[in-house]
Amino acid sequence: MAKAEFETPELTEFIEVPKLVEGTMEHITCFVAKPEHQEALGFPGEKVENWKEVAIDKMGDLLSRYRSFQVFLDSCVKCGACTDKCHYYLGTKDPKNMPVGRQDLLRKVYRRYFTFAGKYFPKLVGATDLTEEVIDDWYSYFHQCSQCRRCSVFCPYGIDTAEISMAAREILDSIGVGQKYCNEIIGKVHKIGNNLGLPGPAIEDTLEGLEEDVWEETDVAVKYPLDVKGVDILLVTPSADFFAEPHVDGLIGYGKVFHEAGVSWTLSTKASEAGNFGMFIGSYENMRRVSLRIREAALELGVKRIVFGECGHAWRIAYSFLNTLAGPFDFLDPDYPVPQHICEFTLNEIEQGTLEFDKSENDDMSITFHDSCNVARASRMGDKPGGQFEIPRKVIKAVVNNYHDMEWDTIHERTFCCGGGGGLLTDDLMEVRVKGAKPRMSAFKNVMEEKGVTHLAAICAICKSQFTKVFPYYGMDMFQIVSVHQLVSNAIVMNRKTPPEEAPGYGEDDDDE
Amino acid sequence: MAIEANGKTFETDEEGYLTNLADWEPAVAEAMAAEDDLPLNDEHWEIINFLREYYEEYQIAPAVRVLTKAVGKKLGKEKGNSKYLYALFPYGPGKQACRFAGLPKPTGCI
Repeated sequence: MAKAEFETPELTEFIEVPKLVEGTMEHITCFVAKPEHQEALGFPGEKVENWKEVAIDKMGDLLSRYRSFQVFLDSCVKCGACTDKCHYYLGTKDPKNMPVGRQDLLRKVYRRYFTFAGKYFPKLVGATDLTEEVIDDWYSYFHQCSQCRRCSVFCPYGIDTAEISMAAREILDSIGVGQKYCNEIIGKVHKIGNNLGLPGPAIEDTLEGLEEDVWEETDVAVKYPLDVKGVDILLVTPSADFFAEPHVDGLIGYGKVFHEAGVSWTLSTKASEAGNFGMFIGSYENMRRVSLRIREAALELGVKRIVFGECGHAWRIAYSFLNTLAGPFDFLDPDYPVPQHICEFTLNEIEQGTLEFDKSENDDMSITFHDSCNVARASRMGDKPGGQFEIPRKVIKAVVNNYHDMEWDTIHERTFCCGGGGGLLTDDLMEVRVKGAKPRMSAFKNVMEEKGVTHLAAICAICKSQFTKVFPYYGMDMFQIVSVHQLVSNAIVMNRKTPPEEAPGYGEDDDDE
Repeated sequence: MAIEANGKTFETDEEGYLTNLADWEPAVAEAMAAEDDLPLNDEHWEIINFLREYYEEYQIAPAVRVLTKAVGKKLGKEKGNSKYLYALFPYGPGKQACRFAGLPKPTGCI
């Protein structure tokens, strides 16, 4: 497995709009899902014989189900406002990575089969037949879109390329041509309960290890409970929080915050995944199946509140769709947001004065915050507009002394994607990921050089893993990415002491002495 | 895809991971490492053996923190961190070491 051969883009002080070069990324493809991955999700195992008919029928079905889809396909006036807004275009120069170029891959087929002009005068309106080549183009370029929705911020008609990209992937799945990365993972959630495929005993073993580590570090017996009934809060967090770094440092932080806040909480094996890749492939049915696990877990455990950990697209689904997908949540305590983000929870405790911090514990770092797309542009947090930008920053500023934002046109709703979102966080798309990270890397490098920033903090598992991988391509260190609750964890003062018998392993070593 | 080791052919998936975990033998790890230009020493083998033992018990690769802790206990605290593991396996302990150990590739947001 040699390192993929491609050139890492050079970082520039300002974001330069490149001259377009056709076809620079047409060689990109990603592994196709195997029959067992497809069938577990209710899709045909292999490309069906009458794929053309099925694909056009599916497009018609989506047009009838989602009015937005048809409006997006009809309303583009080719004004060009989106052309220089996509990080993949900026990093690859390929015109099919311009949002309008990407949309047109689908739009030209829509026009051919669903509009009067396209049926009778296809050449006049840029309508084309659905061919094998078109399908190959869809597979390549709709897997070079992270569904980050930055282009839609700048589109005067509000056309959302993410929805077009989701629709394209759903059509591809319906003819049996799915993506291995997403579909294998969704299958693992249906079968085991999380993206990683961590069985309950492995989660339990990992959490016991964390309890020992925190005990060693603080002399306080912080619990990381699993499947405990009758507690107040169910924490739903991405399974990467159990598995990877720096994600796990965030999970350690959530536990310390809950401990100091004096609330009872639990994780769940059934709902051991906040992420929901059903959204990435545009499949309502799969998104719903994944979401229902959270409802079932909350009911079985008898909790009063649901809190989500640091996961970008999970928060979009939690905030915007969960009630429709798996509601009503009338069994939860109406005095709290349903659901609540961990940053909201922590900020609330900070404002009530229940948490004490020693900010100097983070003095070896200077922090900037990366707004994750799905939090920034597809959800909100708290009860005020812009809360999704302010709340994480307030949490960070409460626990660190050194904080600087990146350039204004690369944060908040104009934030640049990390380059790995929307189902692209796979090794077979490394070239797309590295090149697409260019705008974010430029802004980060600038704030490092101008303000002395050393670390990038994020609240999304995908962003964290993506930065770990792409930093080295740009001459940075993979450990420059941190979890927001890792910073909280470093600075929090543990005031609620615990009796010795609560310590991990208490009494087990008695015979050894 | 496939890899040759010990005079035999072992089937792998498109990413180079062994298709059948039970087929694994040390020669497979050696052959994979040779393809990556990474000669295996005792330190590598400590990790590979731990991964296989853990997988046998839990049916999944260990979390990074579980792995670093086990390494720290066995080889000394200064080695119980991911910097040490990345120095041993430049493509990542989770992915490269798992592949050498014959384990399936960990999936998800990692």
